[in-house]
Amino acid sequence: MFRICLQGAYRDDNGKPVVLECVREAERRIAGNLNMEYLPMGGSVKMVEETLKLAYGENSELIKEKRIAAVQALSGTGACRLFADFQKRFCPDSQIYIPVPTWANHHNIWRDAQVPQKTYHYYHPESKGLDFAAMIDDIKGMSLFSSQNAPNGSFFLLHACAHNPTGVDPSEEQWREISHHIKAKGHFAFFDMAYQGFASGDPEKDAKAIRIFLEDGHHIGIAQSYAKNMGLYGQRVGCLSVLCEDEKQAVAVKSQLQQLARPMYSNPPVHGALIVSTILSDPDLKKQWLKEVKVMADRIIGMRTALRGNLEKLGSPLSWQHITNQIGMFCYSGLTPEQVDRLTNEFHIYMTRNGRISMAGVTTGNVEYLANAIHEVTK
Amino acid sequence: MEYLKPMEPTRIPSNGDSLFQDITLAPDIPIYATTAAYNKDPCPNKLHLGIGVYRTEEGKCHTLNVVKQVEQTLANDLSADKEYLPITGMPEFNKLSAKLMFGSGSPAIKESRVVTVQCVSGCLSLRVGAEFLAKHYHQHVVYLPGPTYGNHPNLISAAGLTLKTYRYYDPKTLVLDFQGLLEDLGSALSGAIVLFHACGHNPTGVDPTCQQWEQIRQLVRQRGLLPFFDCAYQGLVSGNLDDDAQSIRMFGCDGGECVVAQSYSKNMGLYGERIGSLSIVCKTADVARRVESQLKLIIRPLYSNPPIHGAAIVTAILKDRDLYQKWTNELKAMRDRLVQVRRQLYDSLCNKGTPGDWSHFIKQVGMYSFTGLNKDQVDFLTREYHIYMSSDGRINIGGLSSKAVPYFADAIHDAVISSLPSSTLA
Repeated sequence: MFRICLQGAYRDDNGKPVVLECVREAERRIAGNLNMEYLPMGGSVKMVEETLKLAYGENSELIKEKRIAAVQALSGTGACRLFADFQKRFCPDSQIYIPVPTWANHHNIWRDAQVPQKTYHYYHPESKGLDFAAMIDDIKGMSLFSSQNAPNGSFFLLHACAHNPTGVDPSEEQWREISHHIKAKGHFAFFDMAYQGFASGDPEKDAKAIRIFLEDGHHIGIAQSYAKNMGLYGQRVGCLSVLCEDEKQAVAVKSQLQQLARPMYSNPPVHGALIVSTILSDPDLKKQWLKEVKVMADRIIGMRTALRGNLEKLGSPLSWQHITNQIGMFCYSGLTPEQVDRLTNEFHIYMTRNGRISMAGVTTGNVEYLANAIHEVTK
Repeated sequence: MEYLKPMEPTRIPSNGDSLFQDITLAPDIPIYATTAAYNKDPCPNKLHLGIGVYRTEEGKCHTLNVVKQVEQTLANDLSADKEYLPITGMPEFNKLSAKLMFGSGSPAIKESRVVTVQCVSGCLSLRVGAEFLAKHYHQHVVYLPGPTYGNHPNLISAAGLTLKTYRYYDPKTLVLDFQGLLEDLGSALSGAIVLFHACGHNPTGVDPTCQQWEQIRQLVRQRGLLPFFDCAYQGLVSGNLDDDAQSIRMFGCDGGECVVAQSYSKNMGLYGERIGSLSIVCKTADVARRVESQLKLIIRPLYSNPPIHGAAIVTAILKDRDLYQKWTNELKAMRDRLVQVRRQLYDSLCNKGTPGDWSHFIKQVGMYSFTGLNKDQVDFLTREYHIYMSSDGRINIGGLSSKAVPYFADAIHDAVISSLPSSTLA
């Protein structure tokens, strides 16, 4: 009996979890060879250095000028939480604007950090794309229909690429406009980048939004995670960075981030960080990693094409363009909760009731079955 | 989602100023500042007796052999993946950790009254426990022993709980102030939370005896206080894992409730892997189920789910008879070295005729010792002998090799003599 799980982590074309070859090699090198003493409070220096290069650019002047306060964090969740606590402590009157929809845990994180939250328009259900005009209005604080006009100097949470759960990303031109308006209102842009490399297959391309903001002179914050793009899910490896005015301020901000980490976990876990730094500081392993990330991203892009193609071949009256327009791990299919329930009950296809499909769970072996099932419940 | 009254606008930055313009440099955490100073010191005889990390006789970092062996196995296991653990961590790790602390015959475990969740180190176990109590327990006051591990006040107050102290260590007699302890707990606020060190008290090395623990237990239950244990040295104190868990088992077996934060940093040398657990012993299995569900809600917005690696190592060791035996052997050897160094230090000071009673070095247990030296004497040791330790006089016995004991004894002797009033030297 066919059973498909379309929630959660990446799967290969056989539906199996993947441990990257570069990761296995890194683990073989470090196993039993290195001591397990405490990392510094800010985490692995090497890991953080390499991670900043990915986000800010290999030859970034900002890194050379030491203007970035950065600490290792407990994956993307830990990075967001540390930033939320930091925001609460040092900008106690500020609030965070969160896109609708977003990863559910974003709401929990800022709530537990006791930072008041508001939302901004993001996903446009009718077009299954970006509600760009409404998003800009919210940023400018000019929406006639919203009670959520952002006062100047608010904090905006942005998904750097491969928006979760919709897969809908702004285009480059749209990012430039978003950057312009955020700057005009003096807002602070905080990027959650959990899918760098995983979206287009090219980490540089996936960092485009961040680079635009840096060019425009914003002082941003970034939460980075290696859960998906290095398949290190359960190792909990990530990084929080905050771009500062100058080196002196970066040192001060880093010291405060460490102060916030001390009454949580004191210092972060070493193993995952060692895997990352081993891979990224070895040119051959790094090349291998980039290849493997591209394979994962290409497989997902291939599955998007196949799913859309199959639905169109079946003569579905609906438009399935959004499947290939959207990017990254997830697809907001537009299916209603009732249709999702039918998929589960009648076809044993498991996904979240908001219609989000994890494309990572789609394989050449099940894509036809999936297309048939979707066609059945939507025709 | 909260919709609040319109907010005061935050200061609008001009000219691309940072919103964090006015942030000041946070002061160094004392123990890390000590380590930094030690690292900078070029003196070949320097000693780092500050941070609580066990070192070998050669003064090297120590990864247990059984751990190295397990790591090799894990690295070569192609069937293992790196998927997310559940929010509450690795189930097998949780079961085995609970058994290790409460005993395999524990009625509380058999009755499913114990909730155990893997956390990211002992620190985060304490923090999650504190957050849980802040949210779900009616009393928000926590009594900490005086003195206690430097990070306890931060961990507890970060959860929004209020701190008080109970008398513990008597600086005059250098032993447990048991009368003071009983008085303070006897007059504690009803239902208050009381933090206990399960064994190997940090920083003093002074533990209650079994009989004293029983008296403490009766008092705690009588007054309806909630015991919260920090168990970071199981096995390193007596060399026997069961004996070191006696205090926890007394409370875990008496039908009452308690909270226990556990760490494998020292006793399995897994420091940087950040592996620990939080256990809550509840009145009924139904309560335990509900408590677990609430713990998940606290954990998810902190770090979602805990790291695999440390849990995989611990699980492999605890569930395999041979590996477990290897571990207990290495643990006993570590502990025996601590005892031997204590004895050696005591003997050296006695032989030198250093003024004072130094028997506390052999009476105290575990990784740490409160030397009894004052701040000036500690500064003297650093300045003249390049010996680094906590300013409260705590030393990490685990950082002292037998080769370095004569040097250290000389230094103590010199510090004590130099600080005597000159008339006594005449």
